[in-house]
Amino acid sequence: MEPLTWTGSIAFLNPLLMIAIAALLVSVVIWIVGSIVLPEAPMNVNMDGTLSSGSGIRGMTQKALRYSFAACVALAVAYIVLGVVMGTGAGIIGAISQQFLPVWLSLIILYAMSIAFKRRLGLYGKLFDSPIGMIGFGLVMFWVFTGVFGALDLIVTHDPLSQVSGMKNKVPGTPLPSPEDGEYTWYLLGGDNLARDVFSRMVKGAWIVVQIAPLATLFAFMVGITLGLPAGYYGGRLDTFLSFLANLILAFPVILLFYLLVTPEIVATGVPNYMAAVLFIFPILFIGVLLNSRYYTRPNFRTPLLIGVLGIAIWFYLSLISTGGYIINTDSYSIWGLPTYLDLFDIPGGILVVFVSVVFVNSPTVFRIVRGLALDIKTRDYVAAAQTRGEGPWYIMLWEILPNARGPLIVDFCLRIGYTTILLGTLGFFGLGLPPESPDWGSTINEGRKLLSIYLHPALPPALALLSLVLGLNLLADGLREESLKD
Amino acid sequence: MGLFILRRFGVMLLTALCLTFVVFFLTNLYPNLEKLAKTQGNQRMSDEQVEAWLGNRGYLQPTLIKYGQWLGVAPGFTKTLDDGTFVGTCIRPGLTEETTPRFCGILQGEWGYSTVFKDEVGTIVGKRLGNTGYLMLWVLILMVPSALIVGVLAGMREGSALDRSLSTLSIITTATPEYVSGVIFIAIFTSSTVGLKWFKGTATQAMDNPTFENFFLPVLTIALYGMGYIARMTRASMTEVMTAQYIRTARLKGVSFPNIVVKHALRNALIAPFTVIMLQFPWLLNGVVIVETLFNYKGFGWALVQAAGNNDIQLLLAISVVSVFVVLVTQLISDIGYVYLNPRIRIS
Repeated sequence: MEPLTWTGSIAFLNPLLMIAIAALLVSVVIWIVGSIVLPEAPMNVNMDGTLSSGSGIRGMTQKALRYSFAACVALAVAYIVLGVVMGTGAGIIGAISQQFLPVWLSLIILYAMSIAFKRRLGLYGKLFDSPIGMIGFGLVMFWVFTGVFGALDLIVTHDPLSQVSGMKNKVPGTPLPSPEDGEYTWYLLGGDNLARDVFSRMVKGAWIVVQIAPLATLFAFMVGITLGLPAGYYGGRLDTFLSFLANLILAFPVILLFYLLVTPEIVATGVPNYMAAVLFIFPILFIGVLLNSRYYTRPNFRTPLLIGVLGIAIWFYLSLISTGGYIINTDSYSIWGLPTYLDLFDIPGGILVVFVSVVFVNSPTVFRIVRGLALDIKTRDYVAAAQTRGEGPWYIMLWEILPNARGPLIVDFCLRIGYTTILLGTLGFFGLGLPPESPDWGSTINEGRKLLSIYLHPALPPALALLSLVLGLNLLADGLREESLKD
Repeated sequence: MGLFILRRFGVMLLTALCLTFVVFFLTNLYPNLEKLAKTQGNQRMSDEQVEAWLGNRGYLQPTLIKYGQWLGVAPGFTKTLDDGTFVGTCIRPGLTEETTPRFCGILQGEWGYSTVFKDEVGTIVGKRLGNTGYLMLWVLILMVPSALIVGVLAGMREGSALDRSLSTLSIITTATPEYVSGVIFIAIFTSSTVGLKWFKGTATQAMDNPTFENFFLPVLTIALYGMGYIARMTRASMTEVMTAQYIRTARLKGVSFPNIVVKHALRNALIAPFTVIMLQFPWLLNGVVIVETLFNYKGFGWALVQAAGNNDIQLLLAISVVSVFVVLVTQLISDIGYVYLNPRIRIS
């Protein structure tokens, strides 16, 4: 088998792309300089009293920018479409875009549906009015779909852990020396230091991030909201105490905390299990108080609802914290947990400690944000109205203050998922928590960096993947902020 | 004001005590001690030998007593072994049993002994802090002015071409953690594959002989991540100031635009970024750890990694004291500075 080149038979597009990118860069520079140097377009007053402005030279710079950008996008799409059609005939890029086919289809369906129904979708629909938000959402959903389909073994070409002899540190597009029947013939992005497929590892790494980051952020928000609302609303001693605790955790350098918490020795002492048992109880508290404060005037409806919801939540909680029948199982002592036949899922100690410490690091910041918002909102008239109406404090906090704080919280949620992704990468980079052969991006970067001066390909794909996901989340947050401010 | 600072110092002291206790507690958990005993003594020690090793060095006392000893408020550990040798935490070469001081904690100025580097913790931390301080100095020299310039340029005309491109740039830098940008820079500028070879991929020589070639990449990597955030804050503050009434008055009076920006808007717009820059220090500390590991620059962050990886209790404690001190002092400075810069705020 021939080694693949980057673009194969669609190489005729490369000079076009070069020209388009050069045009884009030049027009961006002209646009910026033009906005400083050139005068603003003159305004003309028409006969009917309306104003109109000629486009002028400024308008032309803007037009040039738009066209060159459109040309770049069109060429990128052409690469992908031709790649999907021609597969390996279009080189590495073609083969990769063919492997990503399910992701492209899902993205197209998602965007078509969202844009078709955007007026009925609230804030989510408004996102499709802002180009920045759309680009960000596209990047995020690309990695979400990649993670999900990768977990279903749709995109990956090889097993991320299996080693193929002779493929150590091979450059992208190298064919396997002796491929078996049904095996993919090339290492699309080359082989790493242990002769594993870089492309498949990157795709599998997306699944780890997509699983852990949003969930950990959600838990951090539950903790932060459940503690931050009363701290802001009641104030006083409670606020002083909780704020002191939050500042205490925030004063820790994150990496020191990770180095102290995420080690096999600490896992052996059961400290993460205790922390999990404490931290994971907050979502249950949150849901319980949320429903109770809303429906306590209708006991006939509330009691069965609470029993049902809390029953399931507690079941989840117990299966989450107990492993193999124990909540804590160290050499010297153990605490009984849920019996194994009721246990829904077991979380390996390594993952649990990573999850817990990421939640632990994030929740004080969320606490401070929620507290600040609650301090601000509790002085509003509708809160006073609810107090006069005789509503309980928890009803006011959860059903008056929280919904009105949702805008900044949603934006921060997006940013914080990005930050959590960075934290997970940091953990992997220092080889903490996750097993060393795990394909997560941080560990892969860490492994690849050691040979970086000779072989670029093992370290760069996960680095760029992480960069694009976090960038997407930041752009998404920016778009959401812009759109929610328009209301 | 005096009372305010005094109270802040009280809170600082309490925070530092709590934090060091947490570090102390976590490093003194038995599995960690066992690991310490095995790395210092012998990997194949039996459980009894580990226990004896730890007992002879005072590691098996209750945590609170050990913490007191480290602080210097409880008398140091002493023990006479079976063969008659006198051991203890306060014993130094050249001192006899009688002249050994009873207390030897940080209150007496003794930071302990590092088990990894086989040296006094005080000297190690001092030396490593010097290296990191030099790195941080250049990071600040690069980061702060460029971030402020980017923020002010972006914020002076909201929505303009310059604003949009600079804002996008700062979003990109905040989305690039140090270990990603560092890897990308090393790949582009130092590897033989790309062939540019403008810089060196390690900063090991920069500790003795820092040059532009071996020192610029680590500085740039740290500065870039922090820069975007400060720039966005500066931009937000600048746009807010530019919509203020007195700016409009100045415009209507006919003051030229550069004059408005430099003479009227700039000072007020720089109050908020000052706090942000100060609060950025704890984040820089993270960046330092990553970059020093990535570029093999033996500074404070590198020492942290070494100490934590080998459960070097006393070095780790000293490192956490220093980093907590940095965090809390910068918070204090940002609060006080905010009051001085903003005459509208007075602390009663």
